[in-house]
Amino acid sequence: MCGIVGLLVKHQKHRSRLGEWMLPMLIAMTERGPDSAGLAVFTEPAAKGRRKVSLYAADRATDWIRLGRAAKAEFGRDSTLTVKTNHAILECKAKSEALRAWVNKKYPELYILSAGQAMDLYKSTGLPAEIAERYDFRHLKGTHLVGHTRMATESAVTPAHAHPFTAGEDFCLVHNGSLSNPFSIRRKLEPLGIHFDTDNDTEAATRFLEWRMRDGDDLKTALQKGFDQLDGFYTFLMGTKNQLALVRDAFSCKPAVVAETDDYVAISSEFRALAKLPGVKNARIFEPMPEEIYLWSA
Amino acid sequence: MERLMGHTVTFDLGKQPLRDLNRFLHGNLNGTQRVRVVNPDGAHSIAVGVNAPIEITVEGHAGYYAASMNRRARVTIEGNAGPGVAEGMSSGFVRVKGNASVSAGAAGHGGLLVIEGDASLRCGISMKGIDIVVGGSVGDFSAFMAQAGHVVVCGDARHHLGDSLYEAVIYVRGEIKSFGADAHQEPMTETDLVTLKDLLKRAGFKHDPRKFKRVASKRELYHWNADANQEY
Amino acid sequence: MNQPIEHASGIAEQLHLEESATFNRHVIDYIQRAAATGLYEIRGLGAKRRLPHFDDLVFLGASLSRYPLEGYREKCHTRTVLGTRFAKKPIELEIPITIAGMSFGALSANVKEALGRAATEAGTSTTTGDGGMTQEERASSKTLVYQCLPSRYGFNPDDLQKADAIEVVIGQGSKPGGGGMLLGQKINPRVAKMRVLPEGVDQRSASRHPDWTGPDDLTIKIGELRELTDWQKPIYVKFGATRVFHDVKLAVHAGADVIVIDGMQGGTGATQWVFIEHVGIPTLAAVRQAAQALDDMNMRGKVQLIVSGGIRTGADVAKALALGADAVSIGQGVLIALGCNNSSYFQNGAHHSAVADYTALGTAPGNCHHCHTGKCPVGVTTQDEILEQRLQPAVGARHVKNYLRTLTMELTTLARACGKQDVHHLEPEDLVALTVEAAAMAGVPLAGTNWIPGSRVSA
Repeated sequence: MCGIVGLLVKHQKHRSRLGEWMLPMLIAMTERGPDSAGLAVFTEPAAKGRRKVSLYAADRATDWIRLGRAAKAEFGRDSTLTVKTNHAILECKAKSEALRAWVNKKYPELYILSAGQAMDLYKSTGLPAEIAERYDFRHLKGTHLVGHTRMATESAVTPAHAHPFTAGEDFCLVHNGSLSNPFSIRRKLEPLGIHFDTDNDTEAATRFLEWRMRDGDDLKTALQKGFDQLDGFYTFLMGTKNQLALVRDAFSCKPAVVAETDDYVAISSEFRALAKLPGVKNARIFEPMPEEIYLWSA
Repeated sequence: MERLMGHTVTFDLGKQPLRDLNRFLHGNLNGTQRVRVVNPDGAHSIAVGVNAPIEITVEGHAGYYAASMNRRARVTIEGNAGPGVAEGMSSGFVRVKGNASVSAGAAGHGGLLVIEGDASLRCGISMKGIDIVVGGSVGDFSAFMAQAGHVVVCGDARHHLGDSLYEAVIYVRGEIKSFGADAHQEPMTETDLVTLKDLLKRAGFKHDPRKFKRVASKRELYHWNADANQEY
Repeated sequence: MNQPIEHASGIAEQLHLEESATFNRHVIDYIQRAAATGLYEIRGLGAKRRLPHFDDLVFLGASLSRYPLEGYREKCHTRTVLGTRFAKKPIELEIPITIAGMSFGALSANVKEALGRAATEAGTSTTTGDGGMTQEERASSKTLVYQCLPSRYGFNPDDLQKADAIEVVIGQGSKPGGGGMLLGQKINPRVAKMRVLPEGVDQRSASRHPDWTGPDDLTIKIGELRELTDWQKPIYVKFGATRVFHDVKLAVHAGADVIVIDGMQGGTGATQWVFIEHVGIPTLAAVRQAAQALDDMNMRGKVQLIVSGGIRTGADVAKALALGADAVSIGQGVLIALGCNNSSYFQNGAHHSAVADYTALGTAPGNCHHCHTGKCPVGVTTQDEILEQRLQPAVGARHVKNYLRTLTMELTTLARACGKQDVHHLEPEDLVALTVEAAAMAGVPLAGTNWIPGSRVSA
């Protein structure tokens, strides 16, 4: 019910081409996921003391200009708001929690898709190509990104169920597969103060990792604990401020293929999504082994 | 220019729909002896269901199910193959010059599948008579529920090799990480050596058959009540 | 229950018998059998326990506000087309009742031929099973649906070309999550050869397909099947009824032309009892969810729905259609028409009692579910050379044809009584429920009220 894409460029000179190289990958995943798509891109991090949030207005007409003014009034004149139709990135000299609280209070109708220093997140319903056009994915710049296309079953296809799911700051996860014990995971974590937005099994995995990392595990240790505690079939692709991480369960029934050159690491559910990347003819192409954690640093 | 004795037809999957290629391959080939597929770029279902003694070359990487349900054709993939290469094949010859993804040769009834690189998980799953020769290594659960045919692994085998094995036989040259339920190593016989020598020759690999181990079924799962505890 | 008993002294005493509902005779037998053998029980057919079913719904026939068609005179159409979404050659049937997938192996070759003949005469289709296509079935059945199952027994390129439609089987109602099963006594030389198994092994099929898992990869698999058959043949997707609403939507996304839902009453030749009775939801609950899922995606009329699992009578057929099915599929009913659970069989021009053979199996006519033994007293679910002669194809074909004809007549009678010129015009509003459970599951009001308990579907 999903297609996943991941891309990390190894050299500064290619950061401006991140979106351009990714676009055909995402479009190739349309058959796997025609209903909604999402993308998390890791850009030049915000300066010390500054944080940004990605905001989504769905169908609601939003007076972004007014929001921008209000943010300046609240957080200082050096607040910025970057708008693309129904999506905006608000960056201020403030902590993530303060930004979230302010948006939740003043603009409760908006979805807060992510928070952090480096990560911008886009999610919407519709065909991947439409979404890419609306948010100008072609011109995205950054060190790495994680993307997803989704085949939906709920009647109202809302962004809440779309991947990537995020936790804390600058962490996101996309998932291909189906977990078989997501409700138990949710029931275990909610009493520990972990908040869930949906019943989605991918969110359960994300919150599990959030919990482990909150308790001090690094991502690798958290994923290793996941091998025992998360049941089902999965390929997880994750992004942190500095890394891409990729892992498959012991049965590895859900696909994943990696193409690596001196210039990039590209990941997708099917090779054909990678086929148009520059230099892919000479790339090292491989599939992740079961229960091995692959990490690439930006 | 067409030659009297047969000719080569080229399909460019960058420009022509996949449907045209497969429909051509299923139709009256008019003496075509060779088909080249260029710019495959990971497309799925390339050259499926062919039933003719024709040569097909895929110049690049193939997606899922390349050369599936093959009869009589000789297909060469000059790159990697996605999941299920040559699945359901009943005769003919399929060669992958690169690596093969999961479920290579799944449920195949006959013919020969050669993978020059590595095969991933579940190589030969549910096979029913196909022969598979892998120049490199195979992934977990290879030959799972393999009923008939041979799997030759010139490299290593990972975990759960031959789980629920039936009458298919596996020959492994390298290391076996672990056996699946009901699979175990048995001594190589003279017949094995002859069979293996022939398979290696047809695959084009120069290995000494005597360096291989034979893996076969213990046949303890054939009857579900074999281990039943009796009442008294 | 009080029963008088005689003592040697002649004084009668009362027996006070109090059976436990929790540890009843059936459960006591089960536990004692488990203690004796350490094995699970395997049997054939479908769920035997009482479940909300089509009997709990009734039609609102014509009266003053709705006008009937003449029962014997005015035409009521039954023509049914399946697979219009993508295939060049959809399946055209004269009646909306098909014969479900049952394997050669579970059934004898004679039975497969009888079914083919009957279906051809009735203008409908048969379906292969977890064993592949026999030449008897292909020769006798005008329209043959070829199953692609996790086991891939007998699934080969030549038979693929001979099929009229392909049914990708993810599971069946009697055992969603389980694979096929055929015990050693039925793996005779011919069955063994077709399935590429050693004779006499206890066959347990895989429960997952070997080369794809999940709807995103099913999309690619369906694409492959279309390329294999030059987009000519409809592709059905069949699964046992569990998370029906989601599964139907995913199957539509994956590209299915036709969806086949098999409820928990659906039968099998052999599986663990615990599967049959405790996994999967009743057909009644499945139908409405499936129809709702298609409506939600605007696919009504574009992707067709076939429902199976305990379809027995013309009333069942009519109700399934009213709830949103385009057709039904029958397995157990057809076997019973052939003689399953009959006390006698017809051979060499005469009836012969089969009671002794039932007794030898430890059962009696009307109670038998011993398909797995291969010792079917009436020659239906057997590979035994002697027993299989008890079902002659010509006789069997006539019986099944008669049964299908009766079902069709009942179907059109009910449709006409509801004012329909075409059985496909039956709709949920033609029905009301007699119990709260049936009302909730079928999504129709409790009779005499406008109450439909519970929310309509699970989103």
